[in-house]
Amino acid sequence: MIMNIQKFSFTYASATEPSLKNINLPIEKNKITALIGPSGCGKSTLLRAMNRIHDLYPGNTYDGKILLQNKAGSMEDILEIKKENQFIELRQKVGMIFQKPTPFPMSIFDNVAYGLKIAGVKDKAKLAQKVEEALKGSALWNEVKDRLNESAMGLSGGQQQRLCIARAVAVKPDLLLFDEPTSALDPISTGAIEELLVELKKDISIAIVTHNMQQASRISDYTAFMYLGDLVEFDKTETIFLNPSQKQTEDYITGRFG
Amino acid sequence: MRLLINRFVLGLSTLSALIGLAFLGWILITLFVKGISSFHFNLFLTDLINGGLRNLIVGQLILAAIASVIGIPLGMVAGIYIREYGRGKYAELIRNLSDIMVSAPSIVIGAFVYAIIVVPTGGTSGFAGSIALAIMMIPIVINTTDSMLSLVPKELREAGIALGASKYKVIVDIVIKSAKVGIMTGVLLAFARIVGETAPLLFTSETSNYFSLDLTSSFPSLTVSIYDLANEPEKASRDLAWAASFILTVMVLIINLTGRFITRNKG
Amino acid sequence: MEKLFQKISLASASLVLVILLGIFITLFNASKPAIDEFGLGFITNPVWNQEVAIEGLANDEVAPTNQAESAEINEDIITTGDEMIIDEDEHSDTKTTKTIFGGFIPIVGTLLSTLIALVFALPIAMGIAVFLAEIAPKNISHIVGIAIELLAAIPSIIFGMWGLYYFAPIISDLFGGYQVSLLTAGLVLGVMILPFMAAVTRDSMNTTPDVLKESAYALGATKFEVIKDIIFPYSKVGIIGSIILALGRALGETMAVAFLIGSIFSLPSSITSPTVSIPVAMANNFGEANGLGESALFYLALILFVISFTVISIAKFYFLRGVRK
Repeated sequence: MIMNIQKFSFTYASATEPSLKNINLPIEKNKITALIGPSGCGKSTLLRAMNRIHDLYPGNTYDGKILLQNKAGSMEDILEIKKENQFIELRQKVGMIFQKPTPFPMSIFDNVAYGLKIAGVKDKAKLAQKVEEALKGSALWNEVKDRLNESAMGLSGGQQQRLCIARAVAVKPDLLLFDEPTSALDPISTGAIEELLVELKKDISIAIVTHNMQQASRISDYTAFMYLGDLVEFDKTETIFLNPSQKQTEDYITGRFG
Repeated sequence: MRLLINRFVLGLSTLSALIGLAFLGWILITLFVKGISSFHFNLFLTDLINGGLRNLIVGQLILAAIASVIGIPLGMVAGIYIREYGRGKYAELIRNLSDIMVSAPSIVIGAFVYAIIVVPTGGTSGFAGSIALAIMMIPIVINTTDSMLSLVPKELREAGIALGASKYKVIVDIVIKSAKVGIMTGVLLAFARIVGETAPLLFTSETSNYFSLDLTSSFPSLTVSIYDLANEPEKASRDLAWAASFILTVMVLIINLTGRFITRNKG
Repeated sequence: MEKLFQKISLASASLVLVILLGIFITLFNASKPAIDEFGLGFITNPVWNQEVAIEGLANDEVAPTNQAESAEINEDIITTGDEMIIDEDEHSDTKTTKTIFGGFIPIVGTLLSTLIALVFALPIAMGIAVFLAEIAPKNISHIVGIAIELLAAIPSIIFGMWGLYYFAPIISDLFGGYQVSLLTAGLVLGVMILPFMAAVTRDSMNTTPDVLKESAYALGATKFEVIKDIIFPYSKVGIIGSIILALGRALGETMAVAFLIGSIFSLPSSITSPTVSIPVAMANNFGEANGLGESALFYLALILFVISFTVISIAKFYFLRGVRK
């Protein structure tokens, strides 16, 4: 396991009820774990807890543990993190891709290099090499290699999203979180990114939130089905889709509700 | 019948637009005609003491420039605070107060600076005038900076944080950069606004007939002099006031249009 | 760096509060002599800068005024060597007259000129907003919109110049009376607040969801009816807010009004008579005023600031009730 979520509950600042209740979820190394469920089930909330991006907004409360494997191989609870530099370290280990592509207002090269520069990489040759690696790894290199100094805003939606993936991959995180990464893209770009994810998992563990069940069944190794803040069922993807043990899961999969 | 009322009302509405345009045209044409006809060869080369406007134009720009050097950084940084760092009541309070200050009477600000600077230092000064203009500028810049920053989608900030950047880096490298054009326009429009102001300068820097770069005494101001000249009985003075008015308006409109042009390109 | 920047930005933001409080405190301090002397009656007293005899005092009774001031005055008289006056005042340190300042006329002038501006500008501004938002095709709306915003950018002193030499004669031809008058000032003030009201109203109207308008059209409503029954009610809050805000701005307007209201400290006998407003009183008298007179001007400034602040706050409260930011 790269991450182990234990008895995790989460309540938003302005809410009276918890949005997540007692979640127990393992994220397996070098596998793709999909979080599926109807709107409002808490899958994005759970994903966003994994890199503690909730902490940008004060007042949220949580309970339980989220254990992340550190360099030495043991598991540390990331909910215990309080210091600024620890947060930065966490996010260098656990990256995130958002639903809307978020290219920074700078050149393509600078975008991909951004995380590296923050991590302290200064040597120009090294940066160039890592940027090329990252862009190749996100299947974008051929399309942009001749215009690395152009603004990232000129890329298409699908390209921008792959740019964001390259940017996140450049710092070699252990775990990458994808929050509905293709819902704003056309089917061809979606397909390209799905292929990319399957390639990426060789080196990086992946957790992906998707409201597209077919996507989950296409690319993920494990699937977690959530409903109204509960983790209803977690298992290998084939099992969830072909032989779910919970009736709720089956109802969702077969489209009886959505 | 309904169609008739509809026609009538829409006609009135179009008429209103024409009235609005008519006023604009009337004023601009008046300025142009009266202004140009009062132009003379030495207008830009001599100072008021000799019937020219040079010292006044330079003086007004200097006052506005100094006010900008003070007001723009303070306003921008304050705007960044209330949008990016501020949490809850205090930031909201500052935002509201700043908004109110934008519409506050400029003559009151002049009186304020008079009381706190002119009286203790024993006299009017260009410095006092610049401070008055700066006080007017700060809320305007806060306002536009805050607005422009609010247009930057939150996902962009989250993406920066998700890469491990500190809040400060996210603000400087990503957020401000994204809002750069809008903020610049806001700054230009603020400058255009204060360079045309008269009331705050009336008893703080007054004006001067001579060319001066000395901020410690009365400082030449185009706007204050227009007021003085217009009140003088001699026709020559009033002609000069028209020339000055024309030049002032051209200056203000050019800066204004430049600001709009910049955003239009990035629109 | 991170912490430092945060602290600096907090300090800059707090500057707004400091300045605002500073203005209140400074104005209050500077008005104190006038407040002490005239109290709240200042607001309703139409007498400005007139010497009146202090009633009911014998020559050698001490009048309840500033002793130091009267001592100074006596000194001045002595040094000019006017024997006769010294003889008369020899018996006492009394002042037999005092100068009264009452702010009623400028306050009324401010309020009335603003009211005229509002009445004049409101229909035209609404009309322009409707034109920009609903009638004009996109590119015309864009250009006319810019023109209207340029009108807003014109410095107020320019409105004064144009108003005095070109607009005022026409008004007095149409309505009789004086060229520089309450009416002229109010109307030009109206032209000045016109663009702001039109722009904000247009923006408010544009927030009406298209589907709402389409539903009304689909039922067979005319454009006017859609504007009247759907758009205006929907954007009501923004519109009212813009009106109140325009009012707040007009209250503090100085230069245009200074050219056009006449600057006469008397209640206007008709709408076409000259009078004075608070900003104009300040603009024209600050230079020469000292002592109690200057304090009275500060008192006026304080009153103006309080009124503007209140009106603008009410407008903001209105905006906050609606859909903004």
